Formats: sequence, structure tokens, C-alpha cells
Amino acid sequence: MSDKPLISARDLSVHYPLRGGRPFGPKPVVRAVEGVNVDIVKGSFFGLVGESGSGKTTFGRALLRAAPITRGEISYDDGEVAYDLPKLDEKELKDYRKRAQLIFQDPYAALSPRMTVRDIIAEPLEVMGITSSKEETDERVREIAAKCRLNLEHLRRFPHAFSGGQRQRISIARALVSRPQFVVADESVAALDVSIQADVLNLLKAIQLEMGLTFLFISHDLSVVAHVCDHVAVMYLGRLVETAPTRQLFASPKHPYTKALLSAIPSLDPDDRGKAQKLEGEIPSPTNPPPGCKFQTRCPFAIDICRKQEPKLESAASEHNVACHRWQELLQEEPAKTG
Amino acid sequence: MSRLIDVENLTLQFDTDEGRITAVDNVSFSLEAGEVMGLVGESGSGKSVTAKSLMKLNPRNAIYSDDTNVTLHLDDGPVDIMSLNTSTELKVVRGGAISMIFQEPMASFAPAISIGDQMVEQLQIHANMTASRAKEISIEMLDRVGISDASTRFKQFAFELSGGMRQRAMIAMALSTKPKLLIADEPTTALDVTIQAQVIDLMKDLVSEFGMGIIFITHDLGVIAQTADSMAVMYLGRLVEQGPVREVLRNPAHPYTRGLLKALPDLDDLETPLSPIPGDIPSPLERPPGCVFHTRCEEKLEGTRCSTEIPTFTQLDDVHRVACHLAAQAGEFK
Repeated sequence: MSDKPLISARDLSVHYPLRGGRPFGPKPVVRAVEGVNVDIVKGSFFGLVGESGSGKTTFGRALLRAAPITRGEISYDDGEVAYDLPKLDEKELKDYRKRAQLIFQDPYAALSPRMTVRDIIAEPLEVMGITSSKEETDERVREIAAKCRLNLEHLRRFPHAFSGGQRQRISIARALVSRPQFVVADESVAALDVSIQADVLNLLKAIQLEMGLTFLFISHDLSVVAHVCDHVAVMYLGRLVETAPTRQLFASPKHPYTKALLSAIPSLDPDDRGKAQKLEGEIPSPTNPPPGCKFQTRCPFAIDICRKQEPKLESAASEHNVACHRWQELLQEEPAKTG
Repeated sequence: MSRLIDVENLTLQFDTDEGRITAVDNVSFSLEAGEVMGLVGESGSGKSVTAKSLMKLNPRNAIYSDDTNVTLHLDDGPVDIMSLNTSTELKVVRGGAISMIFQEPMASFAPAISIGDQMVEQLQIHANMTASRAKEISIEMLDRVGISDASTRFKQFAFELSGGMRQRAMIAMALSTKPKLLIADEPTTALDVTIQAQVIDLMKDLVSEFGMGIIFITHDLGVIAQTADSMAVMYLGRLVEQGPVREVLRNPAHPYTRGLLKALPDLDDLETPLSPIPGDIPSPLERPPGCVFHTRCEEKLEGTRCSTEIPTFTQLDDVHRVACHLAAQAGEFK
């Protein structure tokens, strides 16, 4: 793994306009992603966690140029080509599509029931004109299918004949057949049973190492992220609140939101009942975010400054950044009052 | 505590175009009042079908075996659920003495009828209340489950509430008829962890307040560890292990239970690679002979009865039992 970022975003914002609002007044907007700075190192497995509504999917799509970029810069440099993503022309965008791919959440909805597995996997090659003959296409399909542990017999069948884990392996093969550099996996194991989930995670990890891919792994499940990712970013209401190397984040989380998320994971030990630090309330609507720190409405440590001024992401340790006014004070203070 | 429900030899098959498939095979368990039982298993293991058959909430092609016996013990005597047939007879177990919370609250509320009207309707049906009294009770229940400004929420529609709020409303609705038994089918799976923790807390409070029994269906062993008193592990329509939560989680006796626990990502141990249970759950059309789990079992003994003979339950102690030939063998040597 080199230290050069494959993708680096600066002040990235994605806003969606809403209908309504006062006539001639400003249109209301959903600030799905707001001022995000991130570097994804080439060859890394980068985790992005957050609750539903935190903007993690939108962020992933923006990096794929599949969401409108309102403001900010994203640069992409894989050594062969370097792109300024918000300003791609049509030809460059077509090329970028080959280099950046998405694995979807629901393997039941992502595969056409009317196509054989072979055709599903081959479609990107044909659409993007990567291969020139049927033989070449078949060769590429067989190669990637073998990597995803699908055999020739599987390729002739239709998706309905497969279980959830197998379908997810088909989706993975389809995403990887164009030999991308960058893959966004959006909740790719959320729909699977734990026993199968572990299998798909191991497969993703093995393929990543073998093909030298860079992954953005979006998930709401911290324990899954802890196991596969090298680096983790925590998102809340469109902002990054904490980023750190995985081990460091789990060993010493700094942001109260990260701490609460970790604490909310149900423990396997029945004697831990009632020990979890509980968060009150729910994530606010991104159309009407609270002033100051976006987490202040649910934070047990919020004080005046949190309600007025939005904290900036600052360095807490090497590679460990946190956006909280009080993270240093909170190091000493154990959670005094909890819900 | 008093006995709430007895399920004996529950066997349920479905007639389909592809043949007759067995969804639930000889499942027996019982539940005390005030007890929370976790029912665990992968998708396709038959846990939802089992729970729904307690309300006979199954499609028309469902066939119960003759020796299936489900008895609900109410204050005014036992009810033999299998003998109920018409919708009037079934009223007592469908929303009356038994209520159900579904996984996806958006799909279980009617979209074009307000939350309040739906709550009032079921109270009128099950509790013979006047509309105004039902409204009072409903608002009280909404307030009880932590929905602020309950009288406004009462008039709103399901789409106007957030996910956590909807699930709370669902719980309020299920509890307003004061059921004896609550079936919660993956009630927290669609929720975020922070909201999940809130809903779990709420359900625990309500159990101690109302003293009802809960069958909690989930595939999340962490949720079970935090909520249930006892648990039952299901695989391909069969119960494979049963016992108190502490006992089963600390000393899992069935290879499948062990596999489920090992497959879970552990936050305290990031070094060990994840170990999946090999293979997929077989289709119910091709149920393996012998122990249903032997096709994926890492501990099975080649050429033994694992692949030919259905294991019976071995009692590990008074309350913990497992259906596995290996455990039975180990017991014989003791």
C-alpha cells in the first residue's frame, strides 16, 4: 500500500433542491453532504459508517459521479490517469465508469431475473466496449467468476436459482469484471445472514488484496467495519465527525457520537444488560439541521459553544481527526450522566 | 410464573407447485407469562412461519400435522388454537390475546389511514370499546412508548413518522389491546443501532409493566443476549438447541449455534479472521436426510448416523437441550 491518495475530496458538498418554499424566496435544499474532506489511499479498505440519513450513500455516489456535486473538488489519480471528477467531459466520464464501480446492497433487486448469470456479468464489458469478441468476453467472465467462486455451471443459470450469498458474489463479479481501480460497496452485506456475511466479507478482502483494489465500504454496522477496513470515517448529518485508522478508532474513540455508536452495539454477554450508553432522540432532518454542532441535539455533553459554532475537523493524533469542541476535556471525563 | 402457551409437535407443510415442502418440523416449546424467548435462525429457517402459526396466520396451502397441538392458557381456561377456524373464532389469537409486531413498520400500517384510526379500529374490534374511549387509550399508549405530542401524532399517517417512531407506534398499537403474548418478528432489524437500543429498552420496560410473554424473532444474537430470558435456535424448520440465554451463549452445544457465534464479528478481537459457516442453507425442497445441518456441519463424523438418522433431543441439564448426535454420544460416554 502506498500513501498516495487514489481519491481525495476537498470541501465536497451535495445539495438536493426541494420543491416548495416561499415564492421568490430561496428554495429549500437537503444538505446531504456538507464540506467533507477525505483522502482515500490507494489500495486501502476505507470504511464509512453512520446511521440512515447521515449521507453516506450520497457521498459514495458523489465519488462515483452518480450524484450532483454542488461544491468542492474531487481528484482521482490511479497512476495511469488523473481526473478532476466534477469537471469530467463525456469521454473522460466514460473512461472513469470503467475505473470506478458500485456493488449494491440488495442482491435480490440488483440482478435482472431475465438474464443468465453469464450475461449479467458480461453486460458491463459489452456496454463499455471493453472486449472486442465473444471469446474474449467469455474469457474475462470465466476469469472473474472463478475469483468469486462461481463455476461454469452457475453461469448458465438464472439468478432465482441462487441464495443470497451466491447472488452477492454474482453482483461482486459484475462490478469487478471491468477491472476497476476503485469500488464503492454500499451496505453490501447488510441483507445477508451472519453466517453468509462473514463469507462475503472474506471474499471481498481476498479479492481486494489480489487485485490491488481500493474500496469505499459503506456500512451502518461498526463491528463489520472493524473487521475489514484499514481506515474508518464516521458521518453524521452530512459531516464527517471522526476519521482514524480502524484500530485507533475502536481503541480510543474521541467523538461522543462514535462512542455512543460503539456502545449501542448489543453485547453478546447477557450480563452487560443496561450498561450501554444510550442516545436519546433521532437524527435531525437534513432540510433543517440544528445550528452549531450537528450532533448537539442528542449529545449528552453539549454546552453553549456547541449550540452556536460548528466544530471543525481537527487533528487529535496522527491520522486521527475529530470534529468536537470538547473532545480534549472529555478524555478525562467519563460519561457522567447518561440516558 | 404461570404457563402461557404450550406448543407441541408443531409441523407445518405447504402444498406448492413444486411439491409439498416442510417449513416447520416437529417443533415443541413452551413459554411462561413474563418470559421473553428469543427465536434465532437464518433466513429460511422457519422462525417467522413458526410464530405466525401460533395465530394460524398462514396461507391457505398450509397443512398442519394431526399431532400438532398449540394451547394458549388464558384466565378463563385453555384455548386449543388448532381447533379455531372461522375468523370470529380466530379473533382471540389475532390481535386479542396474541399481538404481533412486524419487521417493516412502513409495510404494516395502511398508508392512507391515519395511525390513530388504525389503532382505534382494532381496539373497537378486540376490546369492544366506544370510539372516544379507544381514542383516549390509543393516545395514552402512544405517549407511553415515548412518542412526544401523542395527540398530534395520532392524526398523522405512517409516512410522516421516522423509522424509529413508526416502530414505536407499531408497538403501541400491538400493546393497546393488552395481549398476553406478543410476537415480535425482527422488530429492530430495520432500525439503526442507536434507535434499536431505544426500542429494546422500551420493550424491556413494557414486559415488566404488563407481564406478558414475548417471542422475539431475530437473527441478531446480540439483541437476544440483551433482551431474552431463554432462546431457541432453529435450522431448516427444526429446533436444534434450546435453553436459558446465558447457558446457550456461554456453552453452545450445537455445532450450528457455535458456528453462528463464531461468524459474528467480535469488536474485542480484530485479529482473528471471520469464520463463516461453509455453504448455504439448503432449499426446503431438498431437505437433507438425517440431521438437517449435516451438509454444513464441520464437526460431523463421516459415515455415521449424522447423515441418516434424525437426532433427538439430549437433555444437557434440566433446561438446556440440544438435538445433535455428537452431544448424545458425548453424554453416553460420561
